[in-house]
Amino acid sequence: MAQKAVPVPTPETQPFWDGCAAGELRIQRCLDCDQPYFYPRPVCPACGSDRVEWFTASGEATLYSYVINHRPAPGFEDEAPYAIAVVQLAEGPRMMTNLTGVPNAPEDLVLDMPLRVTFTRRGDVSLPLFAPVSTATEAAS
Amino acid sequence: MTGVIIAGAAETDRVGKLSDHSTLQLHAEAALNAVADAGLTLKDIDGIATVSSPGPVQIAHSLGIVPRWMDGTGVGGTSFLLHVRHAAAAIMAGYASTVLITHGESGRSRVGAARFVPAPTSIQGQFEAPYGVFGATTAFTIPVLRYMNDYGLTHEQLAYVAVAQRRWAAKNPRAMYRDPITVDDVLASRLVAYPFHLLECCLVTDGGGALIVTLADRAGEFPKPSVYVLGTGESSETPVISQMADFTESQAFRLAGQAAFAEARIGTGDVGHLMVYDAFAHLPIYGLEALGFVPKGEAGAFIADGNTEPGGSVPMNTNGGGLSYTHTGMYGMFAIQESVRQIRGEAAAQVDGPEISVVLGVGGMFATSGVLVLGRQPR
Repeated sequence: MAQKAVPVPTPETQPFWDGCAAGELRIQRCLDCDQPYFYPRPVCPACGSDRVEWFTASGEATLYSYVINHRPAPGFEDEAPYAIAVVQLAEGPRMMTNLTGVPNAPEDLVLDMPLRVTFTRRGDVSLPLFAPVSTATEAAS
Repeated sequence: MTGVIIAGAAETDRVGKLSDHSTLQLHAEAALNAVADAGLTLKDIDGIATVSSPGPVQIAHSLGIVPRWMDGTGVGGTSFLLHVRHAAAAIMAGYASTVLITHGESGRSRVGAARFVPAPTSIQGQFEAPYGVFGATTAFTIPVLRYMNDYGLTHEQLAYVAVAQRRWAAKNPRAMYRDPITVDDVLASRLVAYPFHLLECCLVTDGGGALIVTLADRAGEFPKPSVYVLGTGESSETPVISQMADFTESQAFRLAGQAAFAEARIGTGDVGHLMVYDAFAHLPIYGLEALGFVPKGEAGAFIADGNTEPGGSVPMNTNGGGLSYTHTGMYGMFAIQESVRQIRGEAAAQVDGPEISVVLGVGGMFATSGVLVLGRQPR
């Protein structure tokens, strides 16, 4: 079977993937205007400053939107249909992810439901996924 | 207005399943048809615009054109609308006099067609592909549940977009799908990416189209009625769907539309015909709202009430659209072609003498947008 796509870090994204490997969701914020942002890039999208820093986000998020995909990407054949979600981090930025610890069905995936980050190994990297808060708590205990 | 006209416009002889045509052949056939439509020869062409691949160098060389201006803007399916805009600027600057814009895509048969796979180092490769994003059905579709949640759009209203467009396609002998469908038919078709069913997703076809753009002073020199390019706009928002600022509206649609309407000095009440690039059923909803035809949150009901179908007040996607007519992958060229036909009065499903037609294009997954305001008369 085909393999799932594995991200390959670049210099500006390496700190994000290093964070994932350490079990932390690290994103950037601007030192001039305080704006947190994702995806990793060297310039603040709000004010254009290049004075930016990495920080560890809380890992808390809510479900912003999703689809449940019935035509699987390579490597996802056994999981279809699977949700491709966009979550909103408590700090504000949004990111794409998959949802774990919950059936990927419309009745189980309610917009704005609280989620928490969890990490899964994929090739050379750890990939951030999100799970409903209750499930994530159980998994961590 | 921009100062230019569309003097020639044509599609390939056929659209649909053309396994005997390579991508390059589709470009060439469309180019020859458009040049003939304008009563010109290839030797009259001094500017070329198209997307890669094959790109303007390949197309110009294949047709024996030596361009003194070229544009390879490739920002998805709306690129051809941007080519018209860029050609207008070039022509007004004197950089070219007669620009050929071509599209050809073996989207279904994949003959001589490039495959798009994001590099694993790209932003898409790092932050989308690992989550099972695989083509437009898995990304372009993601915003709509947020829209449905926030504005009450129903599954039935989303399905009705496909029903309304099929009513236009029924009048178009070139449309791939012409049989009437109901909301129940749409909702019974298989799920592709919930909440989207098969009939809420565009076709995948082969075909091409081409345009000839030149100075408006030359209007009347050509066999067909000249179509005035009254206004144009373009914008981009985000390369990855997760970073779209608000999943319930397209900033790029709105900004491109505002620029085009301002340049043309028109309002929505002036528009007699509308094309909104419909790769998926939610796009006409986002488009109608971004252009100001209806208030935010009301487009689903507006379409379901019949306002955009035959006999409605805002005839939209009158060729049947990407949902029922054809969709090669970069559909924008076909949306322009239908607007040109409607202004000329030669469309298969001709509406009643529209003076002004608007085309809204989208590229990527809400990544880019182009808007053209086309008219029967200069303004």
